Amino acid sequence: MKEYINQGSNDTRSGFGEGLTELGRSHPNVVALCADLIGSLKMQTFIDENPERFFQIGIAEANMMGIAAGLTIGGKIPFTGTFANFSTGRVYDQIRQSIAYSGKNVKICASHAGITLGEDGATHQILEDIGMMKMLPGMTVINSCDFNQTKAATLAIADFEGPVYLRFGRPKVANFTTPENGFEIGKGILLQPGSDVTIVATGHLVWEALEAAKDLNRMGVKAEIINIHTIKPLDKKIILNSVKKTGCIVTAEEHNFIGGLGESIAGMLSRNHPTPHEFVATDDCFGESGTPAQLMEKYGLNKNSIKSKVKSILKKK
Amino acid sequence: MIENHSLESITSQIRRDILRMVHKVNSGHPGGSLGCTEFFVALYFEIMKHDCAFSMNGKNEDLFFLSNGHISPVFYSTLARCGYFPVKELNTFRLINSRLQGHPTTHEGLPGIRVASGSLGQGLSVAIGAALSKKLNNDPNTVYVLMGDGELQEGQNWEALMYAAGNDVDNLIATIDLNGKQIDGSTEDVLSLGDVSDKFEAFGWDVLELKEGNSLVRIIEILNVAKSKLGNKKPVAILMKTEMGNGVSFMMHTHAWHGKAPNDEQLAIALSENKETLGDY
Repeated sequence: MKEYINQGSNDTRSGFGEGLTELGRSHPNVVALCADLIGSLKMQTFIDENPERFFQIGIAEANMMGIAAGLTIGGKIPFTGTFANFSTGRVYDQIRQSIAYSGKNVKICASHAGITLGEDGATHQILEDIGMMKMLPGMTVINSCDFNQTKAATLAIADFEGPVYLRFGRPKVANFTTPENGFEIGKGILLQPGSDVTIVATGHLVWEALEAAKDLNRMGVKAEIINIHTIKPLDKKIILNSVKKTGCIVTAEEHNFIGGLGESIAGMLSRNHPTPHEFVATDDCFGESGTPAQLMEKYGLNKNSIKSKVKSILKKK
Repeated sequence: MIENHSLESITSQIRRDILRMVHKVNSGHPGGSLGCTEFFVALYFEIMKHDCAFSMNGKNEDLFFLSNGHISPVFYSTLARCGYFPVKELNTFRLINSRLQGHPTTHEGLPGIRVASGSLGQGLSVAIGAALSKKLNNDPNTVYVLMGDGELQEGQNWEALMYAAGNDVDNLIATIDLNGKQIDGSTEDVLSLGDVSDKFEAFGWDVLELKEGNSLVRIIEILNVAKSKLGNKKPVAILMKTEMGNGVSFMMHTHAWHGKAPNDEQLAIALSENKETLGDY
């Protein structure tokens, strides 16, 4: 089995902050906007180094999305920063009309996505954002899994023409991807080859999937682990090649099963290669206050849930 | 094409275009379009420095954004009469496979449009972004935006007003079409805007008021005053009183023609009141 080592737990949002800092140095047209969450989004170094290219919008996310759309006219590449909830649901119509339908090159960077936001509770824990964003024609949707990948994604989207939704999180999590894993928008990553079951994971669930695979291996189950960071456009090939070999799939994400990665994959498989499928995702519910670990356990979003879904899908093969 | 024609004759032709466009498809918004015809003519044929060899980035030229996208007929006719696209394309307004969608969009690649609008209250934010982009690019030109009065009921406008004043966005002129009417009746009855001038001033804007918003001379005059106020760390607003349906006797003094097209007989009357000057499309 391929070994993945936690190089030191860190938060994905810090990966965004570091990526943005690098872009500040390398990309003179990159500008950043924030709705009163500079510290949370780790934008301070970019701001210190490029004060003229930073726009503090205040608690006015709708205006932020409109200003970002306008900044593209003249060639700027705006990166907006706020929590995922306020990056999507609060401003859906502004994104839809002024950014997506208008084809504007805006990078919507969203931290504190999902239930691992923790103690603030359900008002802030959005579990519907992937669904909303993937429904928008022309929107690229990325959910990065660790510090390194979030940084790589931040750098990659600056050179990609078109609107992007980049989703990442709050807590410190294992940092395990390496430069050899690479990062290409729209390309899944085969993390662990296996033959019995395909596990496709995104975001914080990728590390959980790798941990689950170790336990499953000890039980004699060889799981193939694929990381899909780009939910739209979906890398169909890597998933189809895998399920043709394994004959069953478990998808894992920190999102409602309605509208998430699992739904996209189920739709794609039903059209191309119907496959028994289990979902590790929230079950059409809101979250609540608690520590990230407690919430992941209670809402079935950790390695134990992945293992139990694998066991159940193996029976349906 | 336009040389040797007075602004008045261009205005008359654009009114005809608006009326014929909405009549043909029996839909669209003639009232607000007619009320703002003089403003569009003044802006595009007198005030703005702009290039109808359209580039999205609009560097080194003035930019215009239409926030109340439903008055697309006057926008389309103005752009076509300026030379952004062939005048005969006005014939495709609201038809399938047209670049002239019901509400303006960049999506079909119509030259002259820089953002989609229709869902109200978004244009001022976009215009602020474009104005900030100009500042970053050391581009000294001006960004104009037109908004309806009814759409001031959308909260995003007030976020944008606060931002522009708080951040010295002083290369921006926002004009508010104060026709006092919206779909369900007068703005006073639907949701009173209160004293718009006081509100804008309280938000930190330099406010100019124009009572004769259907006078070409007065519009040009006030736009020049507005331009002279730029660069003073304050955004500039023009509160422009217009008459919805202006230039067509039976469409004035009512909100009935906000989103209703004339029938054949009504069209004939309306056209008889507005001379063909540049040739109908």
